[in-house]
Amino acid sequence: MNEAKNVREPLFHVARRGTVALKRQVWARVIAVFGGLITGSLICLVVYGKSPVEFLWRLVYGNFKSMDSVWNLLRNTAFLLAIGLALIPAFKMKFWNLGGNGQILMGGIATVCCMKYLGGILPDVVVWLFMLVSAVAAGMIWSAIPAIFKAFFKTNETLFTLMMNYIAAGIVAFAIKKIGGKGTTGSIGVIETAQLPVLFHDSFLIILSVALLTVIMTLYMKKSKHGYEIAVVGESENTAKYVGINVRKVIIRTLILSGAICGFVGFLFVGASEHTIVTEETLAKTGFTAFTAIIAVWIAHNDPIATIGASFGIIFINNGMPFVKATLGITEDTVANMIIGIMYLFVIACEFFISYQVIFNRKNKNALREM
Amino acid sequence: MEKSIAIELKNICKYFPGKVMANKNVNLTLYKGEILSLLGENGSGKTTLMNIISGIYAPDEGQIFINGEEAVIRSPKDAFNYKIGMIHQHFKLVDVFTAAENIVLGVNEGKHFNIKDVNTRVREIAERYGFDIDPKKKIYNMSVSEKQTVEIIKVLYRGADILILDEPTAVLTPQEIEKLFAILRKMREDGKSIIIITHKLNEVLAISDRVSILRKGEYIGTVETKKTTQKELTEMMVGQKIDLKIERVKTDFDKPLLEIRNLCITSDNGSLAVKDASFYIRGGEILGVAGIAGCGQKELCEAIAGLRKIESGLIMHKGENLIGLPPKEIIAKGVSMSFIPEDRLGMGLCPSFSITDNMMLKTYGDGKGPFVDRKSARERAKSLIGKLEIVTPSTETSVRKLSGGNVQKVLVGREIEAGPNVIITAYPVRGLDINSSYVIYDILNEQKKKGTGILFIGEDLDVMLALCDKIMVICHGKIMGIVHAEKTTKEELGLMMTGSLDLTEEKKDKNYGIAKDSNLTEEEWKEQERKEGNDGE
Amino acid sequence: MALDIILGAISIGIVFLYGSVGEIITEKSGHLNLGIPGIMCMGTAGGMLGISVYMNSLANVKNASWLSLVFIPLICAFLFAAFGGLIYAFLTVSLKSNQNVVGLAITTFGAGFSQFFIDKFVDTTYIARARKIISQGFSFTSNLGPTNISYGFLAYLAILLAVAAAFILKRTKIGLRLRAVGENPATADAVGINVTAYKYFAIFIGSGIAGLGGLYYVAGYTTFDNTLTIQTFGWLAVALVIFTMWRPDLSIIGSILFGGLYVVGSKMTTVISSLATQEIILLLPYVVTIIVLIFTSIFGSKNVQPPAALGLNYFREDR
Repeated sequence: MNEAKNVREPLFHVARRGTVALKRQVWARVIAVFGGLITGSLICLVVYGKSPVEFLWRLVYGNFKSMDSVWNLLRNTAFLLAIGLALIPAFKMKFWNLGGNGQILMGGIATVCCMKYLGGILPDVVVWLFMLVSAVAAGMIWSAIPAIFKAFFKTNETLFTLMMNYIAAGIVAFAIKKIGGKGTTGSIGVIETAQLPVLFHDSFLIILSVALLTVIMTLYMKKSKHGYEIAVVGESENTAKYVGINVRKVIIRTLILSGAICGFVGFLFVGASEHTIVTEETLAKTGFTAFTAIIAVWIAHNDPIATIGASFGIIFINNGMPFVKATLGITEDTVANMIIGIMYLFVIACEFFISYQVIFNRKNKNALREM
Repeated sequence: MEKSIAIELKNICKYFPGKVMANKNVNLTLYKGEILSLLGENGSGKTTLMNIISGIYAPDEGQIFINGEEAVIRSPKDAFNYKIGMIHQHFKLVDVFTAAENIVLGVNEGKHFNIKDVNTRVREIAERYGFDIDPKKKIYNMSVSEKQTVEIIKVLYRGADILILDEPTAVLTPQEIEKLFAILRKMREDGKSIIIITHKLNEVLAISDRVSILRKGEYIGTVETKKTTQKELTEMMVGQKIDLKIERVKTDFDKPLLEIRNLCITSDNGSLAVKDASFYIRGGEILGVAGIAGCGQKELCEAIAGLRKIESGLIMHKGENLIGLPPKEIIAKGVSMSFIPEDRLGMGLCPSFSITDNMMLKTYGDGKGPFVDRKSARERAKSLIGKLEIVTPSTETSVRKLSGGNVQKVLVGREIEAGPNVIITAYPVRGLDINSSYVIYDILNEQKKKGTGILFIGEDLDVMLALCDKIMVICHGKIMGIVHAEKTTKEELGLMMTGSLDLTEEKKDKNYGIAKDSNLTEEEWKEQERKEGNDGE
Repeated sequence: MALDIILGAISIGIVFLYGSVGEIITEKSGHLNLGIPGIMCMGTAGGMLGISVYMNSLANVKNASWLSLVFIPLICAFLFAAFGGLIYAFLTVSLKSNQNVVGLAITTFGAGFSQFFIDKFVDTTYIARARKIISQGFSFTSNLGPTNISYGFLAYLAILLAVAAAFILKRTKIGLRLRAVGENPATADAVGINVTAYKYFAIFIGSGIAGLGGLYYVAGYTTFDNTLTIQTFGWLAVALVIFTMWRPDLSIIGSILFGGLYVVGSKMTTVISSLATQEIILLLPYVVTIIVLIFTSIFGSKNVQPPAALGLNYFREDR
């Protein structure tokens, strides 16, 4: 008996890819997106008896059916992108800031308070300044707390920032009751004072500021000394120390920046769009929660420019689905969420085939045949 | 006493792709109830051979016989079945588990599992061989030697008859070593067969029945311990001196640039990694550091670069104290440190960064304004690629994609580019082919001509004998002697590396490792010492 | 009134208890499953499906048997949730995707899927009737006060599972191996433990148990409103894992405490009359969780730390 044949080897093994050609990366993602869409449309076919072509066509059409829907598409993409830009520095440093939602909500509360209590009393320009500064500061504080504990005591930032979200959500709920006064259960209504000015269109200011932010953050991440330090710390803390980078300082500074941008998003969302307090549900409904942004940034490999594409894709589906639903006579509200969820899973799975390769042990197969 | 064979290796060969042969026709015989020492320098293939026996690697050629029958060992599990147990140098233990939990982990015996029974059995084994262990103690509360005890009992608990210990004494104090040896002797009486890897000749002579020697992957021979001497073993281990065509540039030595006195450094696991070291480097000289890997070289490098806190002692650069300075300021003073770890990436380079980005790792902060100067970094990368013949598609290729030699050229090249006055370089030619190695030697010689002081931590004694002006030998953190490369022999170095010869003992009164023309007067040294002492409190 | 609060705390705490026991088992294998909120939603969907299918299969709903009404939805809820866990396991264990990202995606998917599924396929006509049947059976009347202490089987099952999980993790061979996988997968691998199998197993079972929390909420506690509420409970369950320092037995007490904070506002309207103050009480669980997290990271011994390999995927070739 030949003993070597008794040695059982797995049919395949997995190895990390060295270089990944851009072409392959693009193709893998395209296939994944289509796989997700096809699965989604198949569900519609099976459950509702609607053809996949119909489904896809309506999904696209839903985004372009009117000027308003185009503006809406751009506006929501801008918001999701802005949150992504806030998260990129932290993620590049391998700091898991899952607290974007909380940081946005805090920025939102600060803005609402300024509008409510200063609006009409001070000149609008002054109030706007107060809104901006207080919102950014609120976001900063919310991210600086976990960052400080991470830097000095290595407190788990994933769980810490996650919990901070719900504290912020609780504070929002508190603020609604408090500002709204006794007896109110719902929202505090639209605040008419100190709204941010409208240029050309309701959403123009938002899109313009996010476009500017994108340029700034791209430069910051790719060209600045800070961005370079962030990349080194993310690559290896040991190397960072070796070249004399103060790792603690970089962690705290970067997270303050991350929170500041989230606070800014809150400021924009409240001041230029909602004009009232925002809750987590508001964010979820519009499709740009920080959780969504986490997925967008991850798909984009922490690249600000690629995040534009990822954000656009996510919002595209999110915004197109209500039209699909309405015109195909689907009554279930959440079918959009489910299909977006499926899309995520497909795109996440495709990353594996980009960074790893599966090698089948051919030799072994032959050996089996011989036996 | 008649001896039966426990395990026999015949013509074992192992190749690793792209590397030299790790084992070449190795024959080895281990009798029942004996302790065999396996002796060899770094890279002589000892660990590879032991990994073959314990099932981590499969041999490419050759046969293994256990109790006279041919055995196929393809996994650690197979090795267990043949009652072979290996105690690795790096412990594989779960920190938050107790000793007993670690010992029983993965053992398949019946469905019944009761930690109390395990505790009892562990105590039985401990009593039988004289181990000192509390089965309920958690690993994170244990000293290094206790952890080692757990590893040994783990193997015994699985019923191993053949034990392989990979450098077990490296992490132990002399008292602990004595204790371990007593235990090993008891195991031998109990009929267990033991292979022990160690570099210290006195230990080899103290514990083993026979010694097998490997050199550069080849089997040199086996001798009976009673009939051999330290000198014979050293000669077998280091081999004949090979003349290399490496030039030793003649320079006029300057004043000492870096002076180190009474330096003590603790390692990560809390033991003393460097013990009371005193030496100095002059401008225009290459001081080699020879020693078995893991003898405090890394800790020494890190301490000088300001990355590791020291216990006591002084590090003076041109008469100025370096201790307590942040790494950035030490770099600014012109002290460059590059350490090539075993995986060859790691400290000093960011693997996923481009060559350009790696060029500015230490200089990105220079210049005004918030932006990095990538343009000049790219220029530097270009000139380096040309000068050192680095093979790369472009300056923007990430370092991870380069071959090992090119990675090292980038690292060493960058360090020299910065124009340092002291270069500390550990294993700069690790894993390089001959041509690339010579490029690195040339770079170092060029720096030497410019008056730079170089500390060269190396592996190959032949290279050090040819390249360095002086060689300092360390053995487990202690300096055994500093000798002139031209006046010493390979054997002398070998004896010092293995702890058999201590020149500092012989010349105790001569202020070993202290420069006569120091930058500071003795009073100033005392003053510094007092300051540091006070600061420490 | 104190008794009233405690009883209410236990009632709602059971939801968190299921969730946290499931998440602890998952995290012990080194996988931080942020998909738990979505997975609990899937449990709800499965459980409600089970109820509606069973009730509709009866000629007369009055003949519904307690045994079937407990166990059919139980198995359905477990399987639905465990299926969600399998997706997570496939993506993180086999495809080595980032655990946080996959978890959040599963939460999005699970919540969307469940709401859709319930709206489309579940007949909610008999849920209320079924709840009455499911909640009875193990109730008894106390002499302590005017209140009836009455919990259904599912509440006792949660406590039983928590105790069992604590025992298995601490005392058995399987538990020891699972913990080794979560602490140091390379070591576990070296001693011959099948790391991948253990991870799949833990995520499967853990998700299934968490899903029972979703079932309990609709079948043993109150009417189903929407998946958002259950999502909130999912995050509370994740918080509870940290709060109890990865110990299922402490989860029993922790869940009652969290449940108490959840109900105290509405139960003590005479004392805490301000609605705003009630909201503040609701965020207290998260605050205490953060305090625990900070304290353990600064002062805690190694015993109370998260599993050492939590959040890190294991790839043998990376060793």
